[in-house]
Amino acid sequence: MSEPLLSVEGLRVSFPGKGWRAPEHEVLHGVDLHIEAGRTHGLVGGSGSGKTTIGRAILGLVPVAGGSITFDGRPIHAAGARQRRRLSRDIQVIFQDPFTSLNPSMTIGDTLAEPLLAQRLSSREARSRVAGLLDDVALPADAMDRLPREFSGGQRQRIAIARALAIGPRLIVCDEPVSALDLTTQRTVLDLLQEVQRTTGVAYLFVSHDLAVVRHVSDVVSVIRRGEIVESGTAVQVTERPQHPYTRRLLLSAPVADPAAQRVRREAYRREFAGTEA
Amino acid sequence: MTESLPALTEPAGAAAPHVPAVRRGAFRRLVRNPLGLVAAVVLLVVVVGAAAAPWLTTHAPDAADLRSAFGPSAPGHPLGLDSAGRDIWSRLLFGARNTLGGALLALAVAMVLGIPAGLVAGYAGRWFDAVSGWVVNLLMALPAMIVLLAARAIIGPTVWALMIILGVLAAPSFFRLVRGIVVNVRHELYVDSARVSGLPPWRIIGRHVLVVVRAPIIIQISLVAGVALGLQAGLEFIGVGSSSDLPTWGGMLNEGFQFVQRDRTLLLWPGLALGLTSAALVLLGAALRDVLEDRGTDPVVRRRDRAAQRAVAPAVLDGKAERSPLLSIRSLAVSYALPDGSQREVVHEVDLDVRPGEVVGLVGESGSGKTQTAFSALGILPSGGRVSRGSIQVDGQEVVGLSAASWRQLRSHVVSYVPQEPMSNLDPSFTVGSQLVEPIRAATGASRAQARERALGLLRSVEIEDPERTFRAYPHEISGGMAQRVLLAGAMACNPRLLIADEPTTALDVTVQAEVLEVLRRLQQERGLGVLLVTHSLGVVADLCDTVAVMQDGRIVESGPVDQVLTAPREEYTRRLLAAVLDEGQPPTVAAGRADEGER
Repeated sequence: MSEPLLSVEGLRVSFPGKGWRAPEHEVLHGVDLHIEAGRTHGLVGGSGSGKTTIGRAILGLVPVAGGSITFDGRPIHAAGARQRRRLSRDIQVIFQDPFTSLNPSMTIGDTLAEPLLAQRLSSREARSRVAGLLDDVALPADAMDRLPREFSGGQRQRIAIARALAIGPRLIVCDEPVSALDLTTQRTVLDLLQEVQRTTGVAYLFVSHDLAVVRHVSDVVSVIRRGEIVESGTAVQVTERPQHPYTRRLLLSAPVADPAAQRVRREAYRREFAGTEA
Repeated sequence: MTESLPALTEPAGAAAPHVPAVRRGAFRRLVRNPLGLVAAVVLLVVVVGAAAAPWLTTHAPDAADLRSAFGPSAPGHPLGLDSAGRDIWSRLLFGARNTLGGALLALAVAMVLGIPAGLVAGYAGRWFDAVSGWVVNLLMALPAMIVLLAARAIIGPTVWALMIILGVLAAPSFFRLVRGIVVNVRHELYVDSARVSGLPPWRIIGRHVLVVVRAPIIIQISLVAGVALGLQAGLEFIGVGSSSDLPTWGGMLNEGFQFVQRDRTLLLWPGLALGLTSAALVLLGAALRDVLEDRGTDPVVRRRDRAAQRAVAPAVLDGKAERSPLLSIRSLAVSYALPDGSQREVVHEVDLDVRPGEVVGLVGESGSGKTQTAFSALGILPSGGRVSRGSIQVDGQEVVGLSAASWRQLRSHVVSYVPQEPMSNLDPSFTVGSQLVEPIRAATGASRAQARERALGLLRSVEIEDPERTFRAYPHEISGGMAQRVLLAGAMACNPRLLIADEPTTALDVTVQAEVLEVLRRLQQERGLGVLLVTHSLGVVADLCDTVAVMQDGRIVESGPVDQVLTAPREEYTRRLLAAVLDEGQPPTVAAGRADEGER
C-alpha cells in the first residue's frame, strides 16, 4: 500500500481550563488516522467527541499538544505561519454552517478570490478563475457580484466548496458539510462533492455525526468517542459488521424511514441497550 | 489648528473607499431620517462657520474697544459686543475653531490609542490583551475632571495638553468597544476560512474585521465627541482651560456668567452654540445607530399588525371531514406583514387533525411552513405573523383570535409545547428545579413543597436517574439530552392532553435522540397524549408517528397513515423526499442482525 497522503499519529489536543491556572482539559487522547490520496475518510461521532477538533488540528486552527501530523511525508503539526501559508495550497476546509462561514458583507466574487489573491494571483486571473469555479459548482456566473444573504443554505455550501477548491488542494477537511441542509439539498451537495473528487482526485476527511451520510460518501470510516477512535475500517465493515458496542449503538439508534424496519431496529436497540447510557 | 477641523467628517469619509455602495446607502438613509438630517445640517453649519470664520466677519476676535463695551447689535456687529467691546459674532466663530479643535484633538487621541489597541487585544489576545485590560481598567477608574484639574495645576493653562490627556482618558471607550466586537468576529467561521486560505493576519483584519467594527466606531465617535466638547467647555467655563485671550465657547460662557446681571445675551450665544452642537452630536449618534444597525422601522409595522390581527377571514368549512375533539385545523392560512405593508402568506389551506392518543407527524423541509402551522396551534406566532384565514379548535374551543389570558389558560391545562433547542429554553441563571416549580405553582396554586414533590416525580417520569441532583443543577451543568428531558417533564407538569413538539430531537446526538424518543413514546402511551410532532426526519416519523402530513411550500401535499405514506407514497414530492434518504439500498436490519450473526 502506498504512503498515505495524511497521517495522524498519537494526536493529543488540550484546551486551557477555565479560570486562573486551571488544569488543561484534554479533548483528544492519542488519535491515529491515515488518509489515502483521492479517497474519502469518514469520521463519525457524537457531540463533544472531538471529531471537529481533529479537523481543526490538521488545519492548524488549534495547537497540537502531542503526537504528529504528517502531510505528504512532511510533519506539519508544528508548522509556522510561513509553512502554514504554503500548506493552504494543499489543505482546505468546508465548514458546517453555511451561514457563518461566508463573510456577510463580502460579495461571492471577493470571497472566492480571497484564497487566490493570498497565493499572489493577479486580480484579473483571479476573476476568471472564480467564474470557472462558480461553473464547477453549478452556480450562475452573476453570483459573483451578489452577497451571501441572497443565497439559500445549499447554494452557500456550494460557494464554500468552490472556495475550498479554488487553489486545487489535495485534501479538504469537510466539517459536517451537509448537517445544516435539508434532506434533498443534502443529497445534491454530497453528489457534488463526489463528482469533484472524481474529476480532481482530491481526498476528503469527512467529519459528521450522521452515520448514514458518512456511509454514503466514505471509503474508510473511523468512529470516535470521547477523544478516542473506537473503531476503524472500510465503510462496509464498520457499518455492516460493527465490532465496538458504541458503533452498534450509533447504528441502532438512527431511525430508518420504513416503519416496519424501524420497529425491528427499535426492538434490537432495546434488547442491547435498554436502560444504559450512551 | 484649522487643519484638524475637517477631521470631524473624516471617519465617515475615510471608511467610504472600502465599500462605497454600502456607505452611500447608509448616508442616504441617514439623510432620510429627520433627526439625522437636522443634526447633520447643524454640525455642517458649525463646521463651515468655524472653517470660514475669517470670511464671515470683518472683526478680529480679540480686537477690544472698551468704549463700546456691552454694545447692542448693530450693523457690522450682528450679535453686539461683549464686556471688553469685542465682537460677539466674531468670537463665536473663532471660538468654534478652538472649542471644536480641542474636542477633536481629544477624540483623535482617544481613537489613535483605543482602536489599534482594541484590534490587537481582540485579535491576538494573550499577554497584550491581559496587560491592556489592566491599563484600561485603571484609566476607567480615574475620575476625568479631577485628573484634568490636577494636570492643569502641574502643566499650566494649555488647553491642548489638557485635551490630549482627556483623549487618553477617553481611549478605553474605543478600546472596549473594538475589543469586544473583534473577540466575537475572531471566532467566526469565515475568519477561520481566511486563515486556512493562507491570508496573513493584517489582511484578515483589513478585510474581515475592520468592516464589522466600522459602524459601531462611527456611532461611538459622535458620542465621545459630544462628551469631549462638554468637558472642554466645562474646563474653560471654570477658567482652568486656556489663557484668557484665546476665544472659546466655554470662556465666553465664563465671561457671560460674570456679567449675567448686566447683559444676559452674553450667556445666550455661547450657550446656544454649545447646546446645539452637543445635542446635534448626540442625535447624530442615535440616528447613525438606527441607520447602521437597521432599527427604527419596527414599531410602525407592529402597530399596523395589531390592527390587522383582528381581521380573520372565516374558513369555508362545508364538506370538510368531521373535526377531531383535541386539535382540529381547517383551511389555515398564516401571513406575515412585510416592511412595505403588504402581506405574505406562508401557510395555505392547511387541514390537520390530532385525535386523543394519536401521534401525528408534520414533515417538510425548511421553509415548508410546518413550524408556522404548529406555532399557530399554540398561539405563539412570532411578531409580524398572524392567522389570516381559517379555524383552529383546541379541545373543541375556537382559538383563532383568542385573548392572551384565555391562551394562558389553555396552555396551562390542555396543550403543552416542547421546543427544538432545549438549552436556549432554560434560563441559565436559575436551577432546573426552580424553573419546574414556578410554572407548577402558577398553574395549580400548589404550595412550594407540593410543587417540589411533583417536579421530582416528573423528573423521575422522564427517566432521569438522579432527580434530586438534576433538580438542584443549573442548566449549564446538564447535557443537551438531559435538558430536553427536563423540558419534557415541564411540558407534562400541567397534565396536558395535547403535546406540540417542534423538532424535539434535532439538536441531539443520534444516541441521545433514541433515548428521548423512547421517553416520549412511553409518556404518550401512559397518558394517552395526542402529539403533533414537527420534524424534518422521516426516520423519527417512522419511529414514533401513527399518521403523517407532508408539507411543501406552505401546503400539505400528502397525508395518511405512516405505513402507507412512507412505503407507498402517492405524491411525487413524498417520493422525492424518501429518495433523498441515504439509507436506501441498505437493509436497515443489518445492524440489528448481530444476534443472528452470532448463531451462524
